[in-house]
Amino acid sequence: MSDTAAQPRSDADESADSSAATDEPTDPEERRTAGPVSTGAESVVAALEAAGAKTAFGVQGGAIMPVYDALYDSSIRHVTMAHEQGAAHAADAYGVVAGEPGLCMATSGPGATNLVTGIADADMDSDAMLALTGQVPTEFVGNDAFQETDTVGVTRPITKHNYFAGGADTVGDTVGEAFELSRAGRPGPTLVDLPKDVTQDETDRTPGPATPPAGTDPDPNADADAVEEAARAIEAAERPVCLFGGGVIKADASAEARTFARSYGIPVTTTMPGIGSFPEDDDLCLSWAGMHGTGYANLAITHTDCLIAVGTRFDDRLTGGIDTFAPEAEVIHVDIDPAEISKNVHADYPLVGDAGRVLDQLTAAVRDAPDAGAWRDRCEEWKETYPLTYATPDDEPLKPQFVVEAFDEATDDDTVVTTGVGQHQMWASQFWSYTEPRTWVSSHGLGTMGYGVPAAVGARVAADTMGEEDRDVVCFDGDGSFLMTMQELSVAVREELDITVAVLNNEYIGMVRQWQDAFYEGRHMASDYTWMPEFDKLAEAFGALGLRVDDYDEVAPAVEEALAYEGPAVIDFHVDPEENVLPMVPSGGANGKFAAAEDQL
Amino acid sequence: MSGDASGVDGESRATPEADSRPLPGEQPGPEDREHPAGRRNLEGIRIDPVVEAEQESRRAVISALVEDEPGVLARVSGLVSRRQFNIESLTVGPTTVDGHSRITMVVEETDSGIDQIEKQMAKLKPVISVGEVAGDAVTSELVLLKVEADDPAAVHAVSEMYDGRTVDAGPETITVELTGDKRSIDDAIGAFDRFGIVEIARTGPTALARGNTPTAPGEKPGTAGEPTTHDD
Repeated sequence: MSDTAAQPRSDADESADSSAATDEPTDPEERRTAGPVSTGAESVVAALEAAGAKTAFGVQGGAIMPVYDALYDSSIRHVTMAHEQGAAHAADAYGVVAGEPGLCMATSGPGATNLVTGIADADMDSDAMLALTGQVPTEFVGNDAFQETDTVGVTRPITKHNYFAGGADTVGDTVGEAFELSRAGRPGPTLVDLPKDVTQDETDRTPGPATPPAGTDPDPNADADAVEEAARAIEAAERPVCLFGGGVIKADASAEARTFARSYGIPVTTTMPGIGSFPEDDDLCLSWAGMHGTGYANLAITHTDCLIAVGTRFDDRLTGGIDTFAPEAEVIHVDIDPAEISKNVHADYPLVGDAGRVLDQLTAAVRDAPDAGAWRDRCEEWKETYPLTYATPDDEPLKPQFVVEAFDEATDDDTVVTTGVGQHQMWASQFWSYTEPRTWVSSHGLGTMGYGVPAAVGARVAADTMGEEDRDVVCFDGDGSFLMTMQELSVAVREELDITVAVLNNEYIGMVRQWQDAFYEGRHMASDYTWMPEFDKLAEAFGALGLRVDDYDEVAPAVEEALAYEGPAVIDFHVDPEENVLPMVPSGGANGKFAAAEDQL
Repeated sequence: MSGDASGVDGESRATPEADSRPLPGEQPGPEDREHPAGRRNLEGIRIDPVVEAEQESRRAVISALVEDEPGVLARVSGLVSRRQFNIESLTVGPTTVDGHSRITMVVEETDSGIDQIEKQMAKLKPVISVGEVAGDAVTSELVLLKVEADDPAAVHAVSEMYDGRTVDAGPETITVELTGDKRSIDDAIGAFDRFGIVEIARTGPTALARGNTPTAPGEKPGTAGEPTTHDD
């Protein structure tokens, strides 16, 4: 790849540059200097400040106390969370919205293990995040000391890389490196385990400029010959379709993606993490493909003869059965991570590089738009035949999809939506029309119930930090998901965070109920959640605004009141417990054979 | 309420409005749609559905240069087990460069699987360089073999035949050291079998590429004064 070496670039700089409100902390000049320090903990904080970290989410505890003490005089804002899992999810969501690594902190032992779900979540979704964990003093490590866990061992498979800090002199550099590594190339979580002696020990070593380790910051450009070959394949295609994944959003490549697709009239599907990379109200947009994606997106990726996949790892929830996935397509696969090439789906034209850079290369290399008029017409017919609709019979309770649409109508395009995991998540992704990147914040790969509320906290703090206090943050949650992490509502109240939580309460762990009805003869084992508390009253007890809605005519006023409320608001929407998420591709099935209705399963 | 459907357009509504578009139950089912005839195999490669051919797995020797830091072996072995790669053996040892180790793995995988092992290993931070050792690599392993000492002369004869060396001889057992490639070791063990094998310890094969070919991609000898570097 030496032909492109004349244009090196730091991935980190690129993503920061295109993220409007983050110019101040990631200014290269400012990033390089750290002030004088006297302890390992001060060195940790100095390194974080120098790297541009502005916010941390965490929970105090014995082994991490020296680091917290060093935060006392820091410019970094620390948001104390109710639970470490919430800290990890908040940091993750903060990173998604702000476009820079999130930062979470916890003490050793249970503090660290409570972070694990959030770290695994960030790992599956390739989100840049740094976790700092306290550890027992080095001399006790291995002795099963109080609150000792092998944190490095536990988090090894769910981090991009993790570190055991070796000494006070080097800990600042290690933390700086871990911060930069989390966003270098393909982003992902990193962790530094901080033994208490390392952070307490004296040092006068000021951490140097933070850089990712050698070999972890890849060439952003794809091989020029490979780009030419891919361009010829695109020109010759009759049924081309783009598949934009989360990598497009992480690379801040939405503009390049839009330019490419529009320049050549190529219909666009996205993955779920790719939602927002291309405006869903654009005529070319077929919305997202996969298990509960639109019928037209699934038909397009099934019948295409040229799939231009950018920043996606071909997750099984996207592909359905591999045997029937885009079975007649030549696949052009753009990804920054070479290991994703041909991992799940064979790439006929592998293009390893940064999404934005390679899309620009492709836009420049394609000479003539493919002759795809008939194909676009066919996609349009599919849109008309398989629209996302839902029935609202008089004798059935409030439909959850209606609630999502009501919020969409009442809010601006820059509104951030967070979710838990389950049916409500699918409705929030289906019935909201996303037009901008970094507005859809969800747990995709890991599927973590309870992600929504702490993510809303992180998203709100990010927007406020970016000076975008006017943006709305709406969390769609399920009753099951909400009960898992609702304690973070107390943080939103304490910090006066303006978030709105819409609980689509169907008194079931609804996706499981739906599968039980479809595949387990309706035996509702452990999915029945009729024992839920009254969430509106609980919200009030936390000090938030609590509302309850049972009927259609109450929806709009409640939405209006909650959005207008300055501070956290919770609306407990009692929706139809029998409503199912459709369309649906059965697990391992063919995308083109999605069930549009229950009786087609 | 109107009783049928809602749409995505329109002003803020108090109640659902009629929607002229088809409801889920009115949309064509899977059997009413066209489906492509093409298929992919388990590796995600497009195939002729009539002659479905699965990739054959093969034995490959993978050599990796790694930073000799705590946990590096755990990272590599954790990767192998978590991604369900079929691995026969794994050996570690120093190289010509201080602070670097060589990991030699013998795997039994399809071409796609071997490609994935290399790419996933390359993502580990302490891995400096990794690749499959060219097909005619020099491979060898060391075996310690303890047999019953009922017929020492016969044991000695077999040992000589396979270039073995007696490293311990007692009244009850004789321990022989053997080195060689997989086939010669297997043959030797077969020959010793008749004496009654008490214990075996095998290191697993380690390997170097022949001639001037670097064993791990881009590898340079430490004696040249050049540190081995990342090949990207």
